Amino acid sequence: MSSLLRLKSPITTIAGSILLVLLGLVPVFAMLLDDPFMLTLFTRIVIMAIAAVSLNLILGYGGMVSFGHAAYIGVGGYAIGILAHHGITEAWIQWPVALIGSALVALLIGLLSLRTKGIFFIMLTLALAQLVYYLGNGAYAYGGDDGLTILQRTDLGGLLDLNDKETLYYLCWVLLVIVLWLTYRVVNSRFGMVLQGAKSNDRRMATLGFPVFRYRLTAFVISGTICGLAGILTATYTDFISPAMMHWTRSGDLIVMVVLGGMGSLFGPLFGAVTFLMLEEILSSWTEYWKIVFGPILLLVVLFARGGIDGAMVRGAAGYALTGLITLFLIYVVHYLWYDDWIPAAVVLAGAAAAILAIWYRQRREAVAIASAGGDHA
Amino acid sequence: MTPRFITRSLFFFMTLLLIEQFLNGLQIGLLLFLLAAGLTLVFGIMDLVNLAHGSLYMMGAFFAATLTEWTGSFLLGALLALPATALLGIVVEVIALRNLYTRDHLDHVLATFGLILFFNELARILFGVGGMAIPLPDSLLTHFEVLPGLPYPTYRFLIIVVGLLCAVFLYVLVQKTRLGMLIRAGATNREMVGALGIDIKLLFTLVFGLGAALAALAGLMAAPITTVQIGMGDNILILALVVIVIGGIGSIRGAFIAAVMIGLVDTMGRAFLPNMLGTVLSPADAGTVAEALSSMLIYILMSGVLVLRPAGLFPAPGR
Repeated sequence: MSSLLRLKSPITTIAGSILLVLLGLVPVFAMLLDDPFMLTLFTRIVIMAIAAVSLNLILGYGGMVSFGHAAYIGVGGYAIGILAHHGITEAWIQWPVALIGSALVALLIGLLSLRTKGIFFIMLTLALAQLVYYLGNGAYAYGGDDGLTILQRTDLGGLLDLNDKETLYYLCWVLLVIVLWLTYRVVNSRFGMVLQGAKSNDRRMATLGFPVFRYRLTAFVISGTICGLAGILTATYTDFISPAMMHWTRSGDLIVMVVLGGMGSLFGPLFGAVTFLMLEEILSSWTEYWKIVFGPILLLVVLFARGGIDGAMVRGAAGYALTGLITLFLIYVVHYLWYDDWIPAAVVLAGAAAAILAIWYRQRREAVAIASAGGDHA
Repeated sequence: MTPRFITRSLFFFMTLLLIEQFLNGLQIGLLLFLLAAGLTLVFGIMDLVNLAHGSLYMMGAFFAATLTEWTGSFLLGALLALPATALLGIVVEVIALRNLYTRDHLDHVLATFGLILFFNELARILFGVGGMAIPLPDSLLTHFEVLPGLPYPTYRFLIIVVGLLCAVFLYVLVQKTRLGMLIRAGATNREMVGALGIDIKLLFTLVFGLGAALAALAGLMAAPITTVQIGMGDNILILALVVIVIGGIGSIRGAFIAAVMIGLVDTMGRAFLPNMLGTVLSPADAGTVAEALSSMLIYILMSGVLVLRPAGLFPAPGR
């Protein structure tokens, strides 16, 4: 039931809602700062957040480590790209095809991979996603591994003009809010309870008479469909599809976002996606070799900050984590004001390191406290 | 020229082609085996999913390329690169991975994913973006006739020989020595081995170093055929993971069989699919499709094996 308690922990909900509102205000900030690139970056962040939320549904609440979620981004994107290539740009054709396509692929992958457990499940989802990846590579009519440029964006029948950056951003943001709300409803429904029960002990659930496999498969398909939505949006905002969007490292990125933010928490993947992509953005503007910093940060988070950002908040390290996030956001703004200065980036790094160390220190102290109290909590 | 003569000579050529492709497949399979052997040892004994194994493969190749440049001898460079990579592996194990053994697989995936990012950038800083080439000595650039009428590159044949020797070495090491006995015991029940007074930490570090050296060997032997470049370990790592999952985690024998199987499937697919597809598609398109198809064959194979035998072909006892 721990994930339920977490959902109801006010601090995470408050922080998540604040972040969501801040994200909704990004076009205003961008206009005030006269920084069109900011909008582009945050469109990407919001889209990846949708994908991360979808992965969290099965990874965080269902305990299914899907290492192939980028495949659905690919399927959704390719559906849009291929239809546009043939001159079909109407949303009422494109979107259902893309979503149903992702759902069907998720159904197939789920049917095969959910028979296995643990590392074999990870490997099987990875392998089947690789199949989809190579399918994209071999689709020579649609550019093969070079990809395909989408010449005309989806036509929403005059309702919205997706060529307008701000409209597209708000569409993505509204969809993110809807997806979060849907996740909330699903997780707290009877269905969600069964899913979480199966995560903690699937044999118990099966003994109680629940067809665990079917429940998991349904969750898997829902998750894949939502991820396909992220694919639709990705293809729309980049005007481009290529197999690279479903490379296995993209699936790895998604897992990183979910775990970094906090598994099995409603807003966790949102924190994760924002932190991941902002870190990427800031570090990469600081140094061309940003991954040499990011890699070890990831390692440190795994080693010392279990439960991710959300876990840190719930444990009471909320101050540190929130300060860290807000600092990141502020520094990002500052950073764009003094464009080619290295100081902001250095401050961010120091801040991130300090936040991680602080979280670690607190956990250490907690661990020591628990151990000296008798250690029966472990 | 009777029709019979033509079919016969066609059959002859097809056989030669088949043997040549068989050797190519065997060579790729053995390279894959070297990589997978270290991975499956680490996985089997320490229960650690090490995605960074591909980075050790890459670093081994870069070390070999640099040392070959410095010493002017491929052999010397290769021999020095092996202990260097083993040392690197040991350092990584002691600093980072040692603390992860008791964690779940998801943590392993994440932490070693971070290591991949780190090593890719490190290689970019140390060795440059362009990658490196390892020039072969003239003595290895020759061909020799494996069968009458079938010349085969000496170097590729050398890879097969070295790969087979390594397989024998690993077999002897694991099945016939005291260290191997500990390794097998560790794969079955870690705690028990520790309880019997064996220094488990040291054993783990040694095995990790051995795995790193094997990865380096695979990397530096593949390097003269392809090139040494950033991220060369990323894709082959997935193949190696496929190998150990098909073979059964922790099983060297399974890794050997699965690696050769995958090498053959991949090569045969690449060799014969373009011609088969060429009858319906233009040559360029057929090439693209065939390459994708033969890559897909591997994953189809793996999915098939896992659906039928969820623990792989040769699951280690006690898992």
